[in-house]
Amino acid sequence: MIAEAASQALSLIVSFDANVMAVVALSLQVSGLATLIGAMIALPLAAWVAQTRSRVREPIVVLLNASMGLPPVIVGLVVYLLLSRTGPMGSLGWLFTPSGMTFAQVILITPIVAALARQVLEDADQEYGDLFRSLALSRWQSLCALLYETRFSLLVLLLAGFGRAIAEVGAVMMVGGNIAGHTRVMTTAIALETSKGELALALALGLILIAIVLAINVFAHFAKLYLRRRYA
Amino acid sequence: MLEATQATATIANLESVSLVQNGVAILRDLSLSVRTGEHIALLGANGAGKTSLLRTIHGLTIATSGRVEAPVASEQAMLFQKPSLLRRSTLDNVAFALEARGHSRRGALSAARDALDRCGLYAFADRYARTLSGGEQQKLALARAMILQPKLLLADEPTASLAPRAVFEVEQLIDELCSASTTLVIATHNRGQAKRLATRIVFMSEGCIVEDTSSAEFFSNPVSQEAIEYLNVERV
Amino acid sequence: MNRRYFLSVIAAIPFAISSASLVAQDTSITVASTTSTEQSGLFGHILPLFKKASGIDVKVVALGTGQALDVGRRGDADVVFVHDQAAEEKFVADGFGVKRIAVMYNDFVLIGPSDDPAKAAGRDVVAGLKAVYNGKSAFVSRSDKSGTHAAELRYWKQASLDPASEKASWYRETGSGMGPALNTAAAMNAYILADRGTWLAFKNRQSLKVVVEGDTKLFNQYGVMLVNPAKHAHVKKDAGQKFIDWLVSVDGQAAIASYKIGGEHLFFPNAAK
Repeated sequence: MIAEAASQALSLIVSFDANVMAVVALSLQVSGLATLIGAMIALPLAAWVAQTRSRVREPIVVLLNASMGLPPVIVGLVVYLLLSRTGPMGSLGWLFTPSGMTFAQVILITPIVAALARQVLEDADQEYGDLFRSLALSRWQSLCALLYETRFSLLVLLLAGFGRAIAEVGAVMMVGGNIAGHTRVMTTAIALETSKGELALALALGLILIAIVLAINVFAHFAKLYLRRRYA
Repeated sequence: MLEATQATATIANLESVSLVQNGVAILRDLSLSVRTGEHIALLGANGAGKTSLLRTIHGLTIATSGRVEAPVASEQAMLFQKPSLLRRSTLDNVAFALEARGHSRRGALSAARDALDRCGLYAFADRYARTLSGGEQQKLALARAMILQPKLLLADEPTASLAPRAVFEVEQLIDELCSASTTLVIATHNRGQAKRLATRIVFMSEGCIVEDTSSAEFFSNPVSQEAIEYLNVERV
Repeated sequence: MNRRYFLSVIAAIPFAISSASLVAQDTSITVASTTSTEQSGLFGHILPLFKKASGIDVKVVALGTGQALDVGRRGDADVVFVHDQAAEEKFVADGFGVKRIAVMYNDFVLIGPSDDPAKAAGRDVVAGLKAVYNGKSAFVSRSDKSGTHAAELRYWKQASLDPASEKASWYRETGSGMGPALNTAAAMNAYILADRGTWLAFKNRQSLKVVVEGDTKLFNQYGVMLVNPAKHAHVKKDAGQKFIDWLVSVDGQAAIASYKIGGEHLFFPNAAK
């Protein structure tokens, strides 16, 4: 079975199968965009939480840590109800669209990136907080500097978030509806092929998904090494 | 004559300052007046409150009670025991301090190069700062502090974790950079360093200033029991 | 990065999300349908023909009949295309659908292990289920309020048996779609009620085969309904109606009839003329 799946995966890749490529592209688009947007929300939030002495700090930390374990199906269900025509965000018409899927994944990965980034940034604040105050940096300046100083760790975090997004099936299935050629992504395609008993094809798609995630991580790793070497 | 008037002006003044952290009294009813241009060494056993005193002057720690008068943040700089260096090049570490003050990147870089040159670090400008040796790292931290041309430099045991050779180099650099117009308050355990860098000794014990006198007087003729013990222990 | 730049990036987020739906066009409708029509490959066969005839893109969300009707009730689809007559009639009676129109039928089949340990084989599905019950042979139930599940419960009732509420250990409620349930049955070598279309398209049969077929009770009617625009104003009623009209037209019926797997017809058009 595995050998059959591997050869099938290879032939799908080599033949540049249009359907598979479209599904791969949508996976990358939805999860990539979700990671980007999630990062834009999560990183400033994490930086703020890491530095603040506000009373809401502890509740937010607990909330963020707890929501790392949000089950995708629950997020899917809640977003489904939100985006449904009869729901509060129904007028957007995002249900069963890539926008809705992106939205669900943003909700899924923002807490993860924020919770982990908060820890990273708080450790960095321990290290640099005195220096930044000594240099009389404004709050905004030290926030940016903290983000910059932790860039390598944060990159790993974003990859983790992206990995969770692209590997997730529950939320995109519910919110996207797995519509052929429109909202079908790698994971829902795999679920579909499994349903059809096309186990070898499902496994082949799985191998392609793993290969993509691996390729992105390899790329990020070398990018990081390259950036480090510039200073070594 | 100008020098005389400067010497009498007070740059920092603490009046009955107390600091309590987690129920523990760190500084107790402490008063200290630092005059412009003075070079002071803070001596005392670990836990005497030297670091807390420096941090209080610098504004990193807020006193529980009492009055603290010190120059605005932009006229002070502090050298920490661990030089917290940014994950950037040596040059960028220095330029960072200027850029934070609103200098253009270009201006900051060229000033930073000059500063590195003065500190003997020019050759390392493009190296990743964290790969420098301990002594070089502390020199870099000093370059970063001095490029802001502070009127008051606070140094918290800057050579405590360095090898003898590096201790000497850093000390020499502090001496060179702290001209007559720069006020220096340095906490140290190194008596030789205190003698070489400072003219006035402030000796602390358990959050209080026990002796405050000239360097020559302190080492030849300590008055308090604590100071006598401290100097004896150091000798052993 | 200065603050203003940063804030403008944040402000751009909603636009970034909405631009993700590059494919969204006005000439498309959403159809909530069942896993059997999607997974059997029927839609893959007929939708391109409809697109050629009308220029309208049909986006199919394949769910169990119960969930598909719920999607329609919420107004999240323009057309509902399912197979549970009683539930469909209720849907229309409650005002959520405009009118139920019969489109096609196929039939259910009782699937079981090829050695048929319960001796369920025959032409009578009720007798077959009784045999499964008496033999306490493993049986996989969809248990997901799908049309197939509704049919299964109907047959148990006709047999005056109720393994679900008896919580019989051989009666396995999976709560999954047709395909996953078939995978489970194949792995457990169990009996299962399936629609013929999904069964014919299913590839992981292992030692399963058809045990009971041809019983008139196994008839499985599919109906299509336009979601009521009076309830949900955004329903694309023109395009949706076009799709329904096409399904029952000569062309649409011929398209359904022409779908075969391995020479076998999967669905039989029977729209009222």
